[in-house]
Amino acid sequence: MNQTIQIALIPLLPLAGFVLLSFFGKKYFGKNSGLIGTAFLLASFILSLFTAYKYFSASVDGHYSSAIALKYTWLVFSDKLSIDMGLYLDSISMMMIVVVTLVSLMVHIYSLGYMKGEERFSAYYANLGLFTFSMLGLVLSSNIFQIYFFWELVGVSSYLLIGFYYDKPSAVAASKKAFIVTRFADLGFLIGILILSYSAGSLDFNTMIHNLTSPESSELKTAVSTTFLSVSAVTWGGLLVFMGGAGKSAMFPLHIWLPDAMEGPTPVSALIHAATMVVAGVYLVARLFPIFSLTTPIVLEVVSWVGAVSAIIAAIIACTQTDIKRVLAYSTMSQIGFMMFALGVSKYGGEAGLGFTASMFHLFTHALFKALLFLGAGAVIHYVHSNEIKDMGGLRKSMPITHITFLIACLAIAGFPFLAGFFSKEEILLAAYHNSPAIYWIALFTSALTAFYMFRLYFSIFWNKEHTTHEKHHGEGPFVMMLPLIILAVGAIFAGYIPFGKYVSADGAPLASHFKISFSILPVALGLSGIAIAWIMYKKQNGLSDKVAASFNGFYKTAYNKFYIDEIYLFITKKIIFNLIGKPAAWFDKNIVDGIMNFTGNTTEWVSEKIKIVQSGKVQQYAIYFLVAAVVIAAAFIYILK
Amino acid sequence: MNLLLIIIIPFLTILFVLFSKTKEQVRWVSLVGSVTQLCISFTLLFLFNQERAAGNSVQMLFESNYKLFNSPNVNFHFGVDGISVAMILLTSFVLTAGVLVSWNIGNKEDKGPGLTKEFYFQLLFLAFGAYGFFISLDLFILFFFLEISVIPKYLLIGVWGSGKKEYSANKLALMLMGGSALILVGILVLYFNAGHTFDIIQLSQMQFSSQIQKIVFPLIFIGFGVFTALFPFHTWVPDGHSSAPTAGSMFLAGISMKLGGYGCIRVATYLLPEGAKEYANIIIVLSTIGILYGAFVTMMQKDLKYLNAYSSVSHVGFTLLGIGMLTQTAITGAMIQMVSHGVMTALFFAVIGMIYQRTHTRQINEMGGLMKVMPFIMTSFFIVGFCSLGLPGLSGFVAEMTVFVGSWENNDAFHRIATIAACMSIVVTAVYILRTIDKVAMGPILNHEFLKITDVKWNEKFAVILLIGGILAIGLVPEWLTNLLRPAAEIIMNRIKGN
Repeated sequence: MNQTIQIALIPLLPLAGFVLLSFFGKKYFGKNSGLIGTAFLLASFILSLFTAYKYFSASVDGHYSSAIALKYTWLVFSDKLSIDMGLYLDSISMMMIVVVTLVSLMVHIYSLGYMKGEERFSAYYANLGLFTFSMLGLVLSSNIFQIYFFWELVGVSSYLLIGFYYDKPSAVAASKKAFIVTRFADLGFLIGILILSYSAGSLDFNTMIHNLTSPESSELKTAVSTTFLSVSAVTWGGLLVFMGGAGKSAMFPLHIWLPDAMEGPTPVSALIHAATMVVAGVYLVARLFPIFSLTTPIVLEVVSWVGAVSAIIAAIIACTQTDIKRVLAYSTMSQIGFMMFALGVSKYGGEAGLGFTASMFHLFTHALFKALLFLGAGAVIHYVHSNEIKDMGGLRKSMPITHITFLIACLAIAGFPFLAGFFSKEEILLAAYHNSPAIYWIALFTSALTAFYMFRLYFSIFWNKEHTTHEKHHGEGPFVMMLPLIILAVGAIFAGYIPFGKYVSADGAPLASHFKISFSILPVALGLSGIAIAWIMYKKQNGLSDKVAASFNGFYKTAYNKFYIDEIYLFITKKIIFNLIGKPAAWFDKNIVDGIMNFTGNTTEWVSEKIKIVQSGKVQQYAIYFLVAAVVIAAAFIYILK
Repeated sequence: MNLLLIIIIPFLTILFVLFSKTKEQVRWVSLVGSVTQLCISFTLLFLFNQERAAGNSVQMLFESNYKLFNSPNVNFHFGVDGISVAMILLTSFVLTAGVLVSWNIGNKEDKGPGLTKEFYFQLLFLAFGAYGFFISLDLFILFFFLEISVIPKYLLIGVWGSGKKEYSANKLALMLMGGSALILVGILVLYFNAGHTFDIIQLSQMQFSSQIQKIVFPLIFIGFGVFTALFPFHTWVPDGHSSAPTAGSMFLAGISMKLGGYGCIRVATYLLPEGAKEYANIIIVLSTIGILYGAFVTMMQKDLKYLNAYSSVSHVGFTLLGIGMLTQTAITGAMIQMVSHGVMTALFFAVIGMIYQRTHTRQINEMGGLMKVMPFIMTSFFIVGFCSLGLPGLSGFVAEMTVFVGSWENNDAFHRIATIAACMSIVVTAVYILRTIDKVAMGPILNHEFLKITDVKWNEKFAVILLIGGILAIGLVPEWLTNLLRPAAEIIMNRIKGN
């Protein structure tokens, strides 16, 4: 098979699934819709594995170069600027297609069981196909506007899937919130694109990166010398593009949509809000990394601090939440914060480029264990019919497979030695340690918290008090739900042994592994103590957790209420935008603009009403007008001619 | 291809409608006529592209010139370039869809005045005016067709309308007539200054003194601006649209507002480039206000028709913004936006009409959960809503992005700030569209009467599919449209640059 077609099929197969299912799904396929969607995705997954394998086995001296497999000019703006739809092959896009198709395939299989009997079963699979297509299009983009194109599409498929249970008002509200918050961030992204493309004179990544990084390029000189508020144009562009990334990746302070997005079906949360879409922001920063690191270090500084602050805030909030999916959502936000600041502390190329590799590595391992956590949580929710931790407990006996796989995922995310998360997190910490000590300490504290809240969740669900209300016999879901758990658990154990630096680095050159036992002692010890504290507090039902919460009363309450960030947003939108802009504008339009129009009309009417009397139709009256007028004119003439 | 065909077919259709005996006959005659016209428009597109591909780079293709009067010097001068072809195609789409959605006028369940034949007569007459307008190259004839299209609007609203229809019809007709008066004065000044000619091609070769341009440009631009809802002359839009019958709103927003945009480009900017440069900044300020202010006002609307009317004010702002930005890309974007918004808003009004027919309310707060009872209509509502908020793959995205990129080519603070302000509307649009979809389609069913509702009928289904097809054709493969419009924009830019 022709290689271009083969790569193009990777995103196009899920699209075909979407088109097929949305037109004919309900009528003709019914319950088989799931199998059809899964079949399309399986083909896509095999193709992307094959493509990635071919790409990674074809290095020149260990270097990987980028290539554009296909380029189709979709929309011409001007001679220089056009949106080209392309397939961009480099190490990060290859890694991403594997992640996306793998997790999506797992979710497709899992949903066969989880969503069984759902009324809009085929619509669900159609939407999953649309999402997978958009996400694959996004990661394969060769043009910054192409990314924006698919960026919006993943946004809308996320909207459709969060609001899948559309007769549930909370789900509808959550989907709306997710879309609008990310749209707001995309406004920044769009303006950033405009600035960067104008400065670089191109929308294509390759040309753009070349023009904005090579020191001799004239575009770069103009772009750096043009300033606004004493910040250069490129920096503004970079910051605004990062705003888009921060919105999609739920970074502080644009994170408020992510916890609410958990209203969607749980497999969707695993796919979109844990493993793939939310890391799009990280991917975007990685995609433009040469520009950020070589031309605009300020942007990277911002990226690293936004990442670090998000990581710690989310971890603190996660410790206080009682909804299992929300804990996982905050944990996702925190882990993406890790990826972000890893990029932020990285330099371009060489040993100092460790952060870049570490970030991508963490993205990869995180996708596996976080998807596993969500799918495990889904199995639990499927069984107990509740999201609240208090309704769970002692489930290790009735759900042995879920229990073991969930434990593996918790250990992996907590950085327990020799599981996947351990390796990637160690690399991130190492990169931070060398480049930014302040962030290193934040990260260290956050990873201890991570271990704590994950095991708080684990012990509360699977240990703690027994719940007898559940019927014992059908604890585990069907085989299709267990299979993805097992596959992902295998990934969560072994993914860390991939020599990632060999394949993925900022400049394409191989990077040796940085694993050092001496460095890892402190993080591991902190992680283990986090687990131990969770064990003491939550393994058995005791009042300890309440006591601790009470002793931190004010702070606990603030964290439990997510630092009141939602309330601040609500105040701004409801009170300020609606009441201070929307309402006055509507009033102004109705009373002033339209009022003037009506006034003109009414005045005309009034004037005609008044002068109507003159047109009486009486000849005598006209004769008088005539006479008076004649006299006046005659008088005027005489006066003038005199 | 003889362009007279473009106006003869609607004219013949009108005649046949007049001689039809039954309501059913009237409907089918109108449908056959409009579908024929649609086919002819596609043929025109095809032949146009063929000529261009064969290297025929004359500005206007298929020109024909018939003498009408010697004094004043008026000719039936017809000809088309890329914009005209695109607008003719748009008109055919909206006309066919409009004929289809009006199918039940005069039926038993229709509570209006009936009068099927008269209704279709007005509708076709309006389209006849629009077609004539888009092919005219003589200002007098152009003006004639512009006026022809005003009268049916007045009657459509006044007779078949709802709510405060008399007020709306009067307001619309008076404001549009006011605009026409300004245009007429402008045209006459040009006529006498150019040595007695109304011919656009001849006029475009003259250099009017900058003093004349400065006086005439605002007359003509504001005149056409009234048609295209230039802030602050947009107030006929909400009342007019909300009172008009469904097909009337579709025509009003889909085509009538485009007559204004087309006139702003073809007459004002093309003939008076100096004037355009002089007033560009004012246009930018007004259109940016229109975009943002329109969006914020839309956010507060409670009636679906008012919602789309104000949203139209906001969206046509992009057309005017693109013109004011005076770059080739921005003007291309302005033209794409005209076509895109034409199809989109026609679909929006068609869907609103279908909702209204079934729920008997247009108040957003009184609806809820309609997705359950009319999935087809609500899916179309989704698509058109997302088109409005600029989702990639649908037409709005292509148009807005082209305007934004084109606007950004102006490298100074004023233009940049205006562009950023206009960009902000994408967020506000998302807010009001999602809020509406949320209230109308989602959630539990509010009113138990709604459970009796049935989904689309065949005629409505065809209309919706036709218009969605248009949206997708622009949104997925914009190449065909930009290839039509970019050369046309280039000619205007050459005038502005002064070659």
